Amino acid sequence: MMSTLNRAPDDRPEGSDGIDQLGHLATGELDLSHGVALYLEDITVSFDGFKALNNLNLEIDAGELRCIIGPNGAGKTTMMDVITGKTRPDSGKAFFGQTIDLTRLSEPEIAHVGIGRKFQKPTIFEQHTVFENLELAMKTDKRVWKSLFAWLADDERDRIAETLRLIRLAGEADRPAGLLSHGQKQWLEIGMLLMQEPKLLLLDEPVAGMTDDETMRTAELFVSLAGKHSLVVVEHDMAFVEKLGGLVTVLHEGSVLAEGDLATVQNDQRVIEVYLGR
Amino acid sequence: MRRPLTLRIIDSLDGKAWLALGVFLALALVAVPVLHLAVPEDSAFHVSTYVITLIGKIMCYALVAVAMDLIWGYGGILSLGHGLFFALGGYAFGMYLMRQIGRDGSYQSDLPDFMVFLDWKELPWFWSGSDSFLWVAILVVVVPAIVAFIFGYFAFRSRIKGVYFSIITQALTYAAMLLFFRNETGFGGNNGFTDFKRVLGYTVTSPETRLVLFGLTALLLAATLVFAAWLVKSKFGRVLAAIRDAESRVMFIGYNPLWYKLFIWVVSAVLCGIAGALYVPQVGIINPSEMSPANSIEIAIWVAVGGRGTLIGPVIGAFVVNLAKSWFTVSFPEYWLFFLGLLFIVVTLMLPQGLVGLWKKLTTRKEGAAA
Amino acid sequence: MTKTILVFLLYACSLSAQAALDAAQVRQLAAEDSSDKVAAIRQLTQTADPDAVRVLQAMADDSLYLAGGKAVIIDGDKAFDAATGAAIRVPADAESVTVNNRIRGELANALAALKLFDADAGVRLASAQKLQSSVSPEMAPLLAQALEKEGDAQIRALLTVAHAQANLGNDDPAARMAAVKALSETSSPTIKSLLLPLTDKAGEPDDKVRYEAIAAVKAIDGRLALAENLGRVFSGLSLGSILLLAALGLAITYGVMGIINMAHGELLMVGAYAAYGMQSLFRAYLPDWIDWYLPAAIPVAFFAAALVGVVMERTVIRWLYGRTLETLLATWGISLVLIQSARVLFGAQNVEVSNPTWMSGGIELLPNLVLPWNRIIIVGFALFVLTLVWVLMNRTRLGMFVRAVTQNRPMAGCVGVPTARIDTLAFALGAGIAGLGGVALSQISNVGPDMGQGYIVDSFMVVVVGGVGQLAGAVWAALGLGILSKLLEGWAGAVIAKISILVCIIIFIQKRPQGIFALKGRFVE
Repeated sequence: MMSTLNRAPDDRPEGSDGIDQLGHLATGELDLSHGVALYLEDITVSFDGFKALNNLNLEIDAGELRCIIGPNGAGKTTMMDVITGKTRPDSGKAFFGQTIDLTRLSEPEIAHVGIGRKFQKPTIFEQHTVFENLELAMKTDKRVWKSLFAWLADDERDRIAETLRLIRLAGEADRPAGLLSHGQKQWLEIGMLLMQEPKLLLLDEPVAGMTDDETMRTAELFVSLAGKHSLVVVEHDMAFVEKLGGLVTVLHEGSVLAEGDLATVQNDQRVIEVYLGR
Repeated sequence: MRRPLTLRIIDSLDGKAWLALGVFLALALVAVPVLHLAVPEDSAFHVSTYVITLIGKIMCYALVAVAMDLIWGYGGILSLGHGLFFALGGYAFGMYLMRQIGRDGSYQSDLPDFMVFLDWKELPWFWSGSDSFLWVAILVVVVPAIVAFIFGYFAFRSRIKGVYFSIITQALTYAAMLLFFRNETGFGGNNGFTDFKRVLGYTVTSPETRLVLFGLTALLLAATLVFAAWLVKSKFGRVLAAIRDAESRVMFIGYNPLWYKLFIWVVSAVLCGIAGALYVPQVGIINPSEMSPANSIEIAIWVAVGGRGTLIGPVIGAFVVNLAKSWFTVSFPEYWLFFLGLLFIVVTLMLPQGLVGLWKKLTTRKEGAAA
Repeated sequence: MTKTILVFLLYACSLSAQAALDAAQVRQLAAEDSSDKVAAIRQLTQTADPDAVRVLQAMADDSLYLAGGKAVIIDGDKAFDAATGAAIRVPADAESVTVNNRIRGELANALAALKLFDADAGVRLASAQKLQSSVSPEMAPLLAQALEKEGDAQIRALLTVAHAQANLGNDDPAARMAAVKALSETSSPTIKSLLLPLTDKAGEPDDKVRYEAIAAVKAIDGRLALAENLGRVFSGLSLGSILLLAALGLAITYGVMGIINMAHGELLMVGAYAAYGMQSLFRAYLPDWIDWYLPAAIPVAFFAAALVGVVMERTVIRWLYGRTLETLLATWGISLVLIQSARVLFGAQNVEVSNPTWMSGGIELLPNLVLPWNRIIIVGFALFVLTLVWVLMNRTRLGMFVRAVTQNRPMAGCVGVPTARIDTLAFALGAGIAGLGGVALSQISNVGPDMGQGYIVDSFMVVVVGGVGQLAGAVWAALGLGILSKLLEGWAGAVIAKISILVCIIIFIQKRPQGIFALKGRFVE
């Protein structure tokens, strides 16, 4: 099941589709040759004097699964906003691969170059059916003219069907997405992300509101995605973080406080202070 | 298998809808002309000129309502300035009608009467070519399109949405109204264009011309409904509705909402322009009050009364509200505004899905009771 | 010739103010020919004899008659000899002296000039003011004489200007030079037009005087432009206050509560009609206190509009919180109902609301800059209402609750804020303030059922430009838009000014969709 999903991006040469079609990228094609997927340097964002991000530095390797933890207001969501183009940093660099300058692209352009984002609150199209949600997310030419005359090819239907099975919503394909349970909505959003075939997935609290069983299955899914994709997971659920393995970055007051595997980080004196208070 | 476009268009309406459309066209193109021309005037079945003009006018409004529904019902963008596009189409075609008067005006001049009155010696540059039907037909489409494109591009690019957008469209049509009220603008000031004589050489008030205009409006309304049905059933329509419900999600999966909104916005404006062009020869006048904010907001209530997010709703709404209006203004003129005002309140409070929603609710309840 | 007579007459005057007027001159007042009459009036004027006032006044009052070859004044059943002032028998064959408009103008000037010698300083001041706009060259010696005698500084200043005007046509270049110099200190368009001929070689042969005149015109132009611009800024300020009054209520209902109220303009109308109602009540029951109807109207308008607001909130808006587009449509419906109600209650025509007497007139800041009292009072009133709103929102429990509810409704509810009642109260407050705005509007514009429609676009523009949730933003936006539109009106006309303002706002919104005072941060969607 996982393997079929993972194969999909491999069918195409790196960075060919989608990027060429856009045709107006400012900074060229995705180049992961140096093994770095995401590179943030000295990012600062301030709102009316309050520094949401303060000289943040972060590097995510291609194929890495990284967890970001940190108390409320540490700047996790703002960091995702910067990566996805929603917020422009006051200063600093944000590169996707070697060549793509994220600070110069709009949200849809960033989605096109291969960054997918899952919001903290599940954001799906509630009036559309589950199937349509996945169809809209599917990697394809997303310009107006193509949408007017778009028609689902058989292999595209197959891909949607596969994803439906993967996120265990095959039985709900024709129901309006608004009728799903909270956990199902989370899965649907993850499914939409997968349909985008992104190189980098940003997942903001993906297991909030899920049962333990669902949480564990989500962890398995993410682990299986790593390698082919880079994943950045923001989460409070330490059991989930532990299950994911991988490096953990602790954010505090807009910059990186500590980095390392979970055990190291958990024993770091400063991290304990931040979490337990002084 | 890719399906040919024609088949997809046919698919976008179900059998019942096609049947209804057929009946409507048969009535408009066959029954009405026969009842108007062949049945004697004293017969109960005679369709009078008044009725033809009234229904023709309301069909133009229905076209506007469908255009409004595309942008509001499906795109979630409430425009309070659609009267502007309607009037622009009307004025563009009105220029042609003014030129067709020729020397039959009060001053027997080649220039339209109001220009003689203002002591102008020649046509302003933007009137050049207005004696050509083809050129004016292009203007009817292109002028609203350009105005809508420029305004929409900047508004959507700045991500102005919700009531902000509504209020700014209202300011836009208000500014345009003030502009057209000026005599110097070159569109007849307060009085606008009226006293038309001919269209394509045919007398504008003759029964035949009226029937042709009537039939043309009916055809265009039907065509618009089919086009709109295809549009909202296409992937474009789904993206549009997705933008309405969760715009940020749409952006993060790689669609640029700007172009989607802009496309439907321009399409909607062009439909209004065409409706305006058909309206002017049938009603016989166009003046700046068509651009008043009150007129534009009334369009919204037609759509709301019928039921937004459905295609038949706006048509029903336009007919119900405007028939009520012509009845009230004749029988109880002082109560019309009370009725209209209460309609706004009642529909928003109690009928969020409009008459179509009410009908659906009633029928499903009946089915539920029967089962 | 004139000079000799004058010298003689001055001599005569100085001997005895009570001396009789020259009978021949007085007789000439009743001459057939108008020109002869004018000459006689001028000669009499130059006597500077207060006694001449009596005769000239009688002539202006049409009580000068010709009887038996003598000029006589007949007042009711009494008659006097015009020259001596002695009472005489009413003559039987009196023939009235015709006074045409030319003569009347001449008489008015002459009387004003003669009053320069009145014993009462007030009369002299009034006369000097009157002479500013109508001086004939013949008056120059008279004015010189009056100037010499005058002790009051204010009157002296006025006389100097008048004297200089009279001297502009003097044959002596030195006198003209002095006159031009004196006039260069003034700032009135009339004097500028008097100086203009002197800037031309044909009108002024003397180079020095001509250059001085050119410089003087320039100086006056500068002051005129200053006054004009000041005037524009002031009318902009007053328009801004009106916009502010119209928009302040909206700043609460829309800016703070987020309710789109398209019936806001109609709440202004309710306030204006409240002023009209109070005026009618005072006229009917307290005609002696009519000037005080306006202060009485203020609370009435506030509560009337607030009451309408409460009804609106309870019946309609309450059910539509969070659905702004629906609120927009429903409140538009309410506005239609209110407009039609006003038509039914008060008629479709505009009603007449007059300024109390204490609001008419104005302060003359410069000769061509008068600040009308009603505008000044409206600026002051706007300040008052602004302070009121600020205090209410920032210094009272109600204001604190309103801010709490708008920032976090569920949380405010949890800590015991009665959210539903706060909504109603806050909306009523916004509506009441609109009512106050309506009272102000009733003083400067037409009061009619449709009056609110004209303000709704403007009011929303103010709030949109100012930024949602910002009282300060609304203030700056209102004043800025007011002054900008008046300045634009100055060189482009009202309609073009209005259109360019709207276009500017549309462009501005592109750049700063959140208004001047934008909120930034993660809470902004």
